Amino acid sequence: MLIALVGNQNSGKTTLFNQLTGSNQHVGNFPGITVEKKEGSIKKHKELIVVDLPGIYSLSPYTSEEVVTRNFIIQEKPDVILNIVDATNIERNLYLSLQLMQLQTPMVIALNMMDEVKSSGNSIDLINLENELGVPVAPISASKNEGIADLITRIKKTGEEKILPKKIDCCVGEVHKAIHSLTHLIEDHALAAGIPPRFAATKLVEGDELIVASLKLNENEIDIVGHIVKEMETELGTDREAALADSRYSYIEAICEKTVFSENQTKEQIRSVKIDALLTHKYLALPIFLLIMLVIFSLTFGTVGHFLSSLFTQGINFATSFVDNALSQTNVSTWMHSLIVNGIFAGIGSVLSFMPLILLLFFFLSLLEDTGYMARVAFVMDRLLRKIGLSGRSFVPMLIGFGCSVPAIMATRTLSSERDRKMTIILTPFMSCSARLPVYALFCAALFPKYAALVMITLYLMGIAVAILSGLLLKNTAFKGKPIPFVMELPAYRMPSPKSVLFHMWDKGKDFVKRAFTIIFIATIVIWFLRNLDWTFNMTSDPQNSILASIGSFIAPIFKPLGFGDWRAATAIITGLTAKEAIISTFTVLMNTSDTQALISALGTLFTPLSAFAFLTFILLYTPCAAAIAATKREIGSLRGTLFAIGYQTGTAYIVALIVFQVGRLFI
Amino acid sequence: MTLAELGVGKTAIIASIGGEGALRHRLLEMGLTPRTMVTVRKIAPFGDPIELHLRGYALTIRNEEAAKIEVVEAVS
Repeated sequence: MLIALVGNQNSGKTTLFNQLTGSNQHVGNFPGITVEKKEGSIKKHKELIVVDLPGIYSLSPYTSEEVVTRNFIIQEKPDVILNIVDATNIERNLYLSLQLMQLQTPMVIALNMMDEVKSSGNSIDLINLENELGVPVAPISASKNEGIADLITRIKKTGEEKILPKKIDCCVGEVHKAIHSLTHLIEDHALAAGIPPRFAATKLVEGDELIVASLKLNENEIDIVGHIVKEMETELGTDREAALADSRYSYIEAICEKTVFSENQTKEQIRSVKIDALLTHKYLALPIFLLIMLVIFSLTFGTVGHFLSSLFTQGINFATSFVDNALSQTNVSTWMHSLIVNGIFAGIGSVLSFMPLILLLFFFLSLLEDTGYMARVAFVMDRLLRKIGLSGRSFVPMLIGFGCSVPAIMATRTLSSERDRKMTIILTPFMSCSARLPVYALFCAALFPKYAALVMITLYLMGIAVAILSGLLLKNTAFKGKPIPFVMELPAYRMPSPKSVLFHMWDKGKDFVKRAFTIIFIATIVIWFLRNLDWTFNMTSDPQNSILASIGSFIAPIFKPLGFGDWRAATAIITGLTAKEAIISTFTVLMNTSDTQALISALGTLFTPLSAFAFLTFILLYTPCAAAIAATKREIGSLRGTLFAIGYQTGTAYIVALIVFQVGRLFI
Repeated sequence: MTLAELGVGKTAIIASIGGEGALRHRLLEMGLTPRTMVTVRKIAPFGDPIELHLRGYALTIRNEEAAKIEVVEAVS
């Protein structure tokens, strides 16, 4: 039996999904778009498959999430729609329910957060509500795991007996008349297209272009539709969209008046107002937010992160030296030995080195998200990001970018608009990540010993400036379309459930290893081959003869206008794609230097201060690394989008470094 | 008067929702329909967006949108 889980954002949908399925989940994407699709079978009921559809407020055609949801229900024909409704915010939640009920699919409503309703002294007349709606209603508390068994029983019964929602006339008067006439007019078209006629008629009255297109009406019929709608609008003195929203809400209000007794605001709502007095306070909001981010960063990239990283590193070093020793005992050829130790194990090592970071950051991020604080950050920061065509929601991922682009890109998943998500993914790597810092430090020591701090700050600010300019540019070109409206719910603050936080963290970690493993692994091995083989495919001990070096020499002239046309710089840029640390090790090898001090003086002869600064500019802006590319591919969802991101970032890096060098030359 | 002019802490009844397209549709869907009672709770630290309270929940919209919503201030 296929169950479609549908509900508003912040209704506890993910919590319910986790309670139902436990760890039997499978995460994927809907074909063609980057809307996540989670699937799983219910614990102890293997035959019940639940698909977690995106969190939505309505079935209008304006967002890909809403279109995906209604197409899924119309085309995949699930046996049951499981609609989760937040009982503390029932009016707005039922707005979606009324539309779902028109889809002619058996349906059960899970009335969530009943614990909060009760503890505030409010009540809901469940029997009456069920009668009024004509849909089975099961009270639950997803976070406390209450009412779930009963809910499953009702889902099974509704699905097996194919109990359809009662046909209710949520619209009265003129709206009803219009829907009624249109239902007759388009019934055949709707049935042919596989769309429930009343749903189609209602959406026609509302002016839904997608439904108009899929019904394939002829010109005459389109005229009649227009005429009927016009007549309704004239009679009502209002337009079609307002008329429908108004009649749905009026219907809901009438039901709630009879069944929902909420004299008091819930304790959670009262508490939220108090917390917000501090967290979105006019002057305190920003300092508090920065403090929270500082704590997260210092834990992730400082103490705790370091500790976990060193554990991972020790583990991988131990395994490497074990294998290294074991191979020394056997007669394995030197190149195989080197491939395994320096290629394969180094590859695994660099994948795993990201793990502590990703786990920790997502632990904190899901705390911020689940408590409801993330929505407040968006509320506070929206003004700043709007100018570059984004909304406040993009702020946190971009900030994470200063730590590491990989989790930052992965964190864009929570952005509700596909356009914002893609733009944020492209801009985030311009925030200088922590792995670039050692490269800056090395070059500063070599060429700007007195001005190290100034150079570094300039680089960071330049990254931000480029991101802002890019935002302005992309907003008016590649991402022209209309930004999704910033109309966002501020959910009540709630204690996050440890289970869902850990789940989320585990999910992201697993996801990263699965997706990034191949690409980073292959990249490391390919680089190993290029670095160690010459064109006769024999191992070479002199790095100057390697394939990598000759590729470096080949592309080096491209960088000549930027001031660093040396083959060693070009080679370092290529290896830098596996990870930024590789830039330093490449220079060490290619400059034949034994220690850092020697490398510093060698770099001093290879670069001038100006060409070094142009080089650092390029390192700052070009595509960060294989792991970030893997994350980009995963989140953007298409090869084309990924190539666009890489091309845009590298192109920007080239142009800005060119400007830096050529303009700089005029003054020096 | 529009919702943008209402002022923090004031409550009003919505008269009409202006604007067009997806944005207007979303406002209506979120419950900002004519005759609904809405309170302005807060203005964000940078002066925009604003926090509203309606139908038992908190919603945030930008000033630009609030300026398109005609309201009649409720007498308290």
